[in-house]
Amino acid sequence: MQNLKQSILVSVWFVFLTFPLMVVRVNTMDNIVVWRWESLVWVAYEAFVLSYFWRFLMQRKAVREKALAANDNLVELIKNDSLVQNNFIFVLLVLLQIVPAFFYSFVLPWSYLFGFFLLAFLLAVGIRKYQYRKGLGSFARVDEAVSDKPRLNLLENHSFRIRAQLVILTISLIFPLVVDTYQSNIMISALIYVVLGLGLNISVGLAGLLDLGYVAFFGVGAYSYALLNHHFGLGFWVTLPIGGLLGCLFGVLLGFPILRLRGDYLAIVTLGFGMIFKVVMENWDALSFGPSGIANIDKPGLFGIDMDLAGSTVYIYYIMIALVVFTIIVTNRLKNSRIGRAWIALREDEIACVAMGIDMARTKLSAYALGAFWAGMVGVLFAAKTTFINPASFTFMESAIILSIVVLGGMGSILGVILGAFILILLPEYLRAFSEYRMLVFGASMTLMMIFRPQGLISNLRQTYQYKGSKEMSDNG
Amino acid sequence: MDYFLELFFGGLTRGSIYALIALGYTMVYGIIQLINFAHGEIYMIGAFVALIVAGVCTIYGLSGVSILILAGIVAVIYASAYGYTLEKIAYRPLRDAPRLSPLISAIGMSIFLQNYVLLAQTPDFLPFPRLIPEFAFMEPVAYILGSPELVILVTTLVTMILLTLLIKKTKIGKAMRATQQDMNMARLVGVSVDRIISLTFVIGSALAAIGGVLVASYIGQVNFYIGFLAGVKAFTAAVLGGIGSISGAVLGGLILGWAESFAAGYISSDYEDVFTFGLLVLILILRPSGILGKSTKQKV
Amino acid sequence: MTVLLSTLALLLSMTATGFAADTIKLGVAGPHSGDLAPYGIPAMRAAQLVVKQVNANGGILGKQVELLIQDDQCKPEIATNTATKLVTDGANVVLGHICSGATKAALGIYKDAKIPVMSPSATNPPLTQSGDYPNFFRTIASDDMQAKMAVDFALNKLGVKKIAILHDKGDYGKGFAEFAKKFVEESGKAEIVLFEGITPGAMDYSSIIQKVRRNDAEALIFGGYHPEASKLVSQLARKRVKAAFISDDGVKDDSFLKVAGSAAEGAYMTGPRDLSKIPLNAEAVAQFKAEYGSEPGAFFQEGYAAALALLNAIQKAGSTDYDAVTNALRTQYVETPVGKIKFDAKGDAEGVGFSVYTVKNGKFVELQ
Repeated sequence: MQNLKQSILVSVWFVFLTFPLMVVRVNTMDNIVVWRWESLVWVAYEAFVLSYFWRFLMQRKAVREKALAANDNLVELIKNDSLVQNNFIFVLLVLLQIVPAFFYSFVLPWSYLFGFFLLAFLLAVGIRKYQYRKGLGSFARVDEAVSDKPRLNLLENHSFRIRAQLVILTISLIFPLVVDTYQSNIMISALIYVVLGLGLNISVGLAGLLDLGYVAFFGVGAYSYALLNHHFGLGFWVTLPIGGLLGCLFGVLLGFPILRLRGDYLAIVTLGFGMIFKVVMENWDALSFGPSGIANIDKPGLFGIDMDLAGSTVYIYYIMIALVVFTIIVTNRLKNSRIGRAWIALREDEIACVAMGIDMARTKLSAYALGAFWAGMVGVLFAAKTTFINPASFTFMESAIILSIVVLGGMGSILGVILGAFILILLPEYLRAFSEYRMLVFGASMTLMMIFRPQGLISNLRQTYQYKGSKEMSDNG
Repeated sequence: MDYFLELFFGGLTRGSIYALIALGYTMVYGIIQLINFAHGEIYMIGAFVALIVAGVCTIYGLSGVSILILAGIVAVIYASAYGYTLEKIAYRPLRDAPRLSPLISAIGMSIFLQNYVLLAQTPDFLPFPRLIPEFAFMEPVAYILGSPELVILVTTLVTMILLTLLIKKTKIGKAMRATQQDMNMARLVGVSVDRIISLTFVIGSALAAIGGVLVASYIGQVNFYIGFLAGVKAFTAAVLGGIGSISGAVLGGLILGWAESFAAGYISSDYEDVFTFGLLVLILILRPSGILGKSTKQKV
Repeated sequence: MTVLLSTLALLLSMTATGFAADTIKLGVAGPHSGDLAPYGIPAMRAAQLVVKQVNANGGILGKQVELLIQDDQCKPEIATNTATKLVTDGANVVLGHICSGATKAALGIYKDAKIPVMSPSATNPPLTQSGDYPNFFRTIASDDMQAKMAVDFALNKLGVKKIAILHDKGDYGKGFAEFAKKFVEESGKAEIVLFEGITPGAMDYSSIIQKVRRNDAEALIFGGYHPEASKLVSQLARKRVKAAFISDDGVKDDSFLKVAGSAAEGAYMTGPRDLSKIPLNAEAVAQFKAEYGSEPGAFFQEGYAAALALLNAIQKAGSTDYDAVTNALRTQYVETPVGKIKFDAKGDAEGVGFSVYTVKNGKFVELQ
């Protein structure tokens, strides 16, 4: 009853809140007012149902946090997880959502989107229940924490990982041979974002330095290839490392003045750098040809063989796969290296980190430089792929998209970032009906992820170090 | 001299709008150390709601200043409601989370609100009725300082005086200052901290809406994207003046307005944004906590 | 999941080609979503109207015409995907893209695939003048033509001696401004006192307006779109600056009249010739109103003309062969809503003209 009352209140509040923007559409050009009363009904209904969901999720979050803080038995907790338990209410809520989606879609396609989200959610719960029955996933991790059973989490299983990697690699190698040029082209775009996401992941995910102007490094790479190619006829393979190094250099240059700044100041200054890059490229005609951009950039060459569109797309695809594999290997090694651990320490607690004797300046600069390196490299490839670049490709929105890839996937998690890039780039491409709502979903998912799943879709697996020295020591310790 | 005065007043007008929006950033930051990235969107929503009210009123035959006041009031109410809801949904659940989380949540909300208005309304620029009256007595100096500029200056001045009085003289203001100094202690002495935080968002959003309505009726057009640039500039102003400090926000806004105006007037407007952010970086290097900001010692 | 999706897409595309082998495919690319959609949707609808009519009359060469519509959001990087998609789907001719940048990025792909492309709106001069894209045509005049016309008007009709040139830092606006600068310098009749970019979306342009006054400019030539133009003219009026305002067809939009209000009076802008006397134009607009119940919007006529020209060329060529179609485009005149046109060797339409307009009593009036 209490819930009902609360949901009705929420519903009324949102009707009030969205009234002018959703119901009235004023065209001050022709002095026409359109009243869209039907969207009022829709808002009321959605707010009502979603408020149930919201409470549901909030309760769940609260219970978990409390239990974690009190060090309760997590297995019991998760077994009693309201989502696993309350099948009935949950299915009812999903039905309440999906059924009207089909009715309202004629009026407002927004509800499709919610229906779609909830389906995905249902799927996640299904997987969770499956994991629960089979004792997999976090259930396993919890089990292990309280008992001595071996881990069953697939992702942490070494031989499974090797096998999975081989399968994925094989699939990705066969991929362009099976599908048409368009599919490979889309996949190249997604892979570009994978590398960008992994690069940004170094500064945001590992070192905790929020960078809102990351796209500038991408632009540096793209422009370095376009200009070197245009003026000196340098080829793709020569410029690829140059682009990366230039990105690196800019990372260090921009890193210097902001070494002393804390998170929030950093955000605005990096945002400013991103905008400065675009403005300079628009104005400095002698260097960048201004806003009209640079066209006819050479595609990557392969021993002077002349390739048609399909051929060169497949070729770029393979280069991109190689670049992605290279990025994954290097970032993975970096993550577990001395400097990677320094980044994580810096993210967790700057002062403690410095007190431990870590050189803060060097650590921060290296995070910027190494993050920028990948953006520079993939920028070169971007220029070679589109054969045309202009400053309009390097806006704040691009930075925001890359950031939401990292956030959605899971900050610090390599697998998560890859998954995030595929979801955010491929989904709107294949579901064209949603492409209008693309940015709306990006925005909403950033907030929702932060609230309900800050670790991202796939949480970062922290390397655990076990002391395997003398038995007595560990017994005593 | 005329030219200097022209640029001076141009910068003053621009700067006072920046200051008005920057106040919202700075108040929120002062209390919960969060950069409300979606604040620019609240400004945009204020302008849009005012446009809708003005549009409906014009069609149903009202006119002139009465529309401006009515539109302004409704815009302030709605912007405050959005600010309040925003805090409740996107920031309150994250109050104990790591610093990066609410910031990312705020960026997400900024993108969300922009696209919400884009989809619910229109991507086009819509003409905003010019509601600010032209005063006859301003006519001789209109080329330096016109009536709309005067209205903007007076309104921002009055708003800021009211805000200062609210914070310095009233009980609510005292509670706000207490929360800003130490949230836990404030709670102990009986301040309802949640309510104070909500109130801060409401006041900040109302100020942004006033700015939105003034700017929209000054330049005569509105679209879903106007909040982004205004928000970024105002935020820069807040950081410049020392985020968390009320007088810092005002000072930062004015400095930024003048810097932009004089740079465009005496140098070139090609690199306008470069000047803005260059100034910001310069000040942050010299004084990492802004001009009037208190340098907070980090404790372990 | 990717594999699943792509297999699905593959299956779909296979069935699509299986059934659609005997149609003529007209690709349509442009921004159909996002903030630039208002520039792309009218041309798309024009193509839909033309195709509907052609198909109702039995199609072309005995085949029905099929539309392949793709959204490029005016972004170069998406435009290459769009172009690849159209090429893969077997488009015979393409109507698009809308923005010059996106067009430039996509053209190489069509060139390799030997597909004629016709844009209703990409006005960037090098697209035709560089000679890089023999497959490119357009039904709109290029920016340098506009700039030439604007400068000639300022110099000869208004007789100004000091000109300020501003632009919005975009590829269209800055391109126009640079051509204007070039033509003024070549003529030697006037002096350029100011050449600067303004920041689109900035709160006001008062400092730049003061600068125009300070330099005693008699005319202000602006390259860009209507939102900034309306801010500029309002502030010119408010600051009592007397300079004549001359701009491009990005400003010749009803929004400019509404937003700028009385400040727009007396402003000049170039724009496509007045089409209201062409019978086919009236017919096309009437079709649009019957179908959608509103005014068509930007680039509708140009899009309609491009669709007609492309299909007519296929008809005249008797096949969809690249050489035959481009040859037909270059040699055969066709009646369109923008006049009777054919294309020159570079791809620009002959017979499409620009005029100078002025604002009088809140309306655009064509000056002869």
